[in-house]
Amino acid sequence: MRKHSKLNRFTPYDYIIVMIVVLITVIIVYPLYYTVIASFSDSTEVYSGHTFLWIKGFTLDAYRNILKEKIIWIGYRNTIIYTFAGTLYNLVLTIPAAYVLTKRDMPFKGFISWFFFLTMYVSGGMIPSYLLVKQLGLVNSPLVMIVGAGVSCYNLIVTRQYFATGIPADLYEAAYIDGAGDGRCFVKIALPLAKPIVAVMALYYGVGRWNDYYTGLLYIYKEKYFSLQQVLNKILTSNLELKLEGKMDPEMMAHALKQYHAAQGMKYSIIFVGSLPLLIAYPFLQKYFAKGIMIGSVKG
Amino acid sequence: MKTVDQKTSSRSLWKRMWRHRVSYLMILPPIVTVFIFHYIPIYGVQIAFKDFSSRLGIWGSKWVGLKHFRAFVNHPFFPRIMWNTFWLNVVSLIFWPSSIIFAILLNEMRSLKLKKTCQMLTYAPYFVSTVVACSMCRMFLNRGGLFNIAGDILGFEYVNLLSSAKAFPWINAVVDLWRGLGWGTIIYLSALAGVSGELVEAARVDGATRLQVIWHVNLPHLKPTIITLLILRMGSMLSSGFEQIYLLQTPLNLDASTVISTYVYETGLVSQQFSYSSAIGLFNNIINIVLILAANTISKKVSETSLW
Repeated sequence: MRKHSKLNRFTPYDYIIVMIVVLITVIIVYPLYYTVIASFSDSTEVYSGHTFLWIKGFTLDAYRNILKEKIIWIGYRNTIIYTFAGTLYNLVLTIPAAYVLTKRDMPFKGFISWFFFLTMYVSGGMIPSYLLVKQLGLVNSPLVMIVGAGVSCYNLIVTRQYFATGIPADLYEAAYIDGAGDGRCFVKIALPLAKPIVAVMALYYGVGRWNDYYTGLLYIYKEKYFSLQQVLNKILTSNLELKLEGKMDPEMMAHALKQYHAAQGMKYSIIFVGSLPLLIAYPFLQKYFAKGIMIGSVKG
Repeated sequence: MKTVDQKTSSRSLWKRMWRHRVSYLMILPPIVTVFIFHYIPIYGVQIAFKDFSSRLGIWGSKWVGLKHFRAFVNHPFFPRIMWNTFWLNVVSLIFWPSSIIFAILLNEMRSLKLKKTCQMLTYAPYFVSTVVACSMCRMFLNRGGLFNIAGDILGFEYVNLLSSAKAFPWINAVVDLWRGLGWGTIIYLSALAGVSGELVEAARVDGATRLQVIWHVNLPHLKPTIITLLILRMGSMLSSGFEQIYLLQTPLNLDASTVISTYVYETGLVSQQFSYSSAIGLFNNIINIVLILAANTISKKVSETSLW
């Protein structure tokens, strides 16, 4: 059937489809592209609108300025720690749980499933959670960025789905006959075969951790524990107002203007620096992320 | 006879449980963490009906019934906040089908290479953090930002759309659209991959145009997926996107950008009225559950697709 359709010539219909899709793609990618070229351009040129298509007045000034901002590196370091430790925490909790939930004859399995399932629809909300964290003494503690419920129900379902369908049951049977217990089965059989889903989950959780702003906003007030997203937001929303006073002579005015532009220009490079790890991992990310959605959608 | 039966069955229950002891051990840690960080806060929701004081604790604080709910409903901002929340969601619902349309367009592409490239590129904004997406939006709308430079060239006066309350829901929806359009197609594309080629071929042989194939073959095939996602979307009607809305707020658009979730944050964490803001959060949660149940029931009746 595919061969047949390939033999068909491209009709005007095909060209129209291609044009629309390419146009949409360009519109979506353009803001990212613009941000990158603006970050490498002279800030005055950016402000005057000369950087629509390509870098104008190439400069690394903005990046040099960022290097001097200590807080960015603090945020970077913290988020790297939060992301690694947090993702590990998530995986250690989610993967075994998902595996156990595939056991057919385990008593109370239904009850346990519901216990996790309900978390999707019912939650205490922002304030009761805050009070709990406060009571546990975790406000302003970097630990709060790592520990937590640890299991996202959606991820649990996706992983369980993989264990249930991706690993042949005969393998377990054989292992049981050989006298292996549940623990051994999990470590020796399920886990090695589950590498793809572990990778998918690591990326799901990892990206979530890297991009997480909410947790920090609620619980972290000390700058030395700020996550990268908090730092980014702090810098990116700091609005350096352009102060032009009547009495200024042209030279001073030009100077003030230049400073204002530089501060604006730096924002583009901060965005770039803050998203760099995701950008590098991107080809990898999108492949595995899409895979996760496919597994999950087999059975909603 | 009966007692013997019960005895053996209970003994075998223990036996079965004992056989799975390692499994229970493996699932115990996640049960504990979820219990602590998810279920204890649910228990804490009772402060919505109490006057919480940190000295007395959650349990010891005095019951006040529906006082805080009444205070919220009678608050002069109440209609405003409800309307904002509702309108913001209606506007983003208008954009909701765009992923379906885009998926169908992608699916119609004959050049697989180009299709893959477009997919990969349009997924990108999904990985951009909320903070970065909102900052980009703010920078573009600022003086000297992309949007206004373009407007300048086209001869428009400078406006900062983020200062306009009217524009706010639309800006929020466009940011949503930008981040989710490509990503949202994945699930539809994987469903479309299940459309039988023979059916399409047969329709084509019978003289159906490609648009007719989309309408009569592809869309019906997508229907269950669309309905399931729509029900889930309904459930998050009032709670969606706290971070994004909060990050797009400016003092000048507060008239339109104060929604239930941002109000909960303000009253709760900023001005520390814990009980009052818990009451609003609970109110919100209940409406969400009602909405998702309603959507589920309606869809069960109309289309025989449901979550449960």
